[in-house]
Amino acid sequence: MNNKSTMIEFRDVQKYYGDYHALRGITASIRAGEFFSLLGPSGCGKTTLLRTIAGFEDISSGAVLIDGRDAASIPANQRPTNMVFQSYAIFPHLTVEENVGFGLRRERLAKEELGRRVGEALDMVGLGGYGKRAAHALSGGQRQRVALARALILKPKVLLLDEPLSALDKKMREQMQIELIKLQRQVGITFVLVTHDQEEALVMSDRIAVMFEGQIAQLDDPETLYRRPKTRQVAQFIGTMNFLPATILSDGAEGAEVEVAGLGRCHIPAAQAPSTASGQGASVGFRPETLTILYEGQTATDRETPGTVEEVVYYGDMTYYDVLLDGVATPVRLSMRNVPGRPVLDIKARTRVAWSADALVLFR
Amino acid sequence: MTRAPVLRSYAIIYLAFLYAPILILPLFAFNDSRIVAFPLQGFTTQWFAEMWSDQNLRTAVWNSLIIALSTATLATTLGVFAARSSVRYAWPGKTGIMGMIMLPLVLPEMIVAMALLVVLLSIGVQLSLLTVIMGHVLVCTPFAVAILTSAFQGLDKSLEEAALDLGETQWSTFRLIILPLVMPGIISSFLITFTISIDEFIMANFLGSGTPILSVYIFGQFRFPARVPSMLALGTILVVVSVLLLVLAEFFRRRGIARTGAKDTGGFL
Repeated sequence: MNNKSTMIEFRDVQKYYGDYHALRGITASIRAGEFFSLLGPSGCGKTTLLRTIAGFEDISSGAVLIDGRDAASIPANQRPTNMVFQSYAIFPHLTVEENVGFGLRRERLAKEELGRRVGEALDMVGLGGYGKRAAHALSGGQRQRVALARALILKPKVLLLDEPLSALDKKMREQMQIELIKLQRQVGITFVLVTHDQEEALVMSDRIAVMFEGQIAQLDDPETLYRRPKTRQVAQFIGTMNFLPATILSDGAEGAEVEVAGLGRCHIPAAQAPSTASGQGASVGFRPETLTILYEGQTATDRETPGTVEEVVYYGDMTYYDVLLDGVATPVRLSMRNVPGRPVLDIKARTRVAWSADALVLFR
Repeated sequence: MTRAPVLRSYAIIYLAFLYAPILILPLFAFNDSRIVAFPLQGFTTQWFAEMWSDQNLRTAVWNSLIIALSTATLATTLGVFAARSSVRYAWPGKTGIMGMIMLPLVLPEMIVAMALLVVLLSIGVQLSLLTVIMGHVLVCTPFAVAILTSAFQGLDKSLEEAALDLGETQWSTFRLIILPLVMPGIISSFLITFTISIDEFIMANFLGSGTPILSVYIFGQFRFPARVPSMLALGTILVVVSVLLLVLAEFFRRRGIARTGAKDTGGFL
């Protein structure tokens, strides 16, 4: 993990807009060649942070290093970074070819060489043969590809992507996510993506920094982030998390003994308890898919708890149930894959729910 | 439905009132009689010949062209700076200063012209074409700023950032991206300030000090009944030229929209 060199480093980056404290001490490193995402709700400072890399935003204090060099000494137009803008920023008065080749203008290449490189870049994003088209006549997905080709043709060290998929419809977005991952593997450039879509971040990233109110709440790989969130806020932002109030009986190096409402007493391993004290009281969280409904004749591999079905949401491949566990005031959400021989339960049905203490996350 | 005929006749009367006098212009310009009255006497082009043979008129046209071209160039250039600055940057006192730039739109021109005249004379500036141009720039700049502000507002800020990101400097970004995209606005600003300057009378009269200028010349000629037909001929030409300029401005505006694929937000025609 640590054999990769650092491409971008933030050292206690602070940014004020007048009185507004937009970035509150960001310290983090982005490794060379990784697909890194800045994830957070709107207004959390993720775009501002991205723009400090591009050089469109000055920082109030701290430092941003790009490939070991202090970025403050490099003006925006000389940084080894290129950006794909949220609006794509395709130059509307130029053709696709002229857009893609725009960054090469200063290199004063021979016409054939320029044509060859533009052609290569267009082929790479699947727009071969579109060169002569007027840029404004393209569809959203095509503009997105032109913007990618235009940024990648300069072979930057870092490609910055500012919510590049948010303007596309769902199908197109999912397709572009996969294409971007493939493209990133192919070119081997460090990608830094800004997104508010947790699913997009999980699908695409090697590592994700979750940001709230100008601070990084957690920086981890997608699986760790999903399975062992450090705070309730991160847990709620990424996917769905059920919470049950808990009382900590003992807390040690091997884990914690807790009394959980509705589930009883259980041991939570230390790896499943990454959080520090929040002052809000302890609770235990678990993902919907870690609970399973037990049908007649099935027995739990670990533990089971009785409950009543409150709500049924049918999604075709999945069904979501809100189940009121006996002895708990608020229902928990669980998801079941729909397979033959597993009927969808009715509202008010009594059921048994299987769970495992290994899937619980303790928030102190 | 019952109100429709009323509205329709209102619209027809309104348009007739607006355009009938202008239609009279070419009618009498080609009429073979010195007296402007019906019935028409027959077709002639002698008034056009008579008009053009007047040396004073040619000087006035020449002077007016100098004034209008200089005014349009200066006002549009100033307008580009002001509009760009007000749309793109934040600076102290912006609202107040932009307000003062736009103020000549509503100030009584007569008062401004008088004040300018007094100031110019008291500091010893010789009245000339140059002083008229100064007055016209003052009057025309607000129009240029208004037109160009909307042109600059239509520009996505990330286009500039993208050009900068791709290695261009501030200046080359302006030249390669911003300028081409606001060009339709610049052209229509130029044509409109040109048109305003050509027929402006008050400034030309106060600050021109007797130099033959088209609007002042026409006003002067109307005192002589014998000269009226040739002035109508001149008027006919001016109407035709104005319409051509307007069509030209609209053509450039629409071409700009077509080239950039932007949404048409309505123009002059």
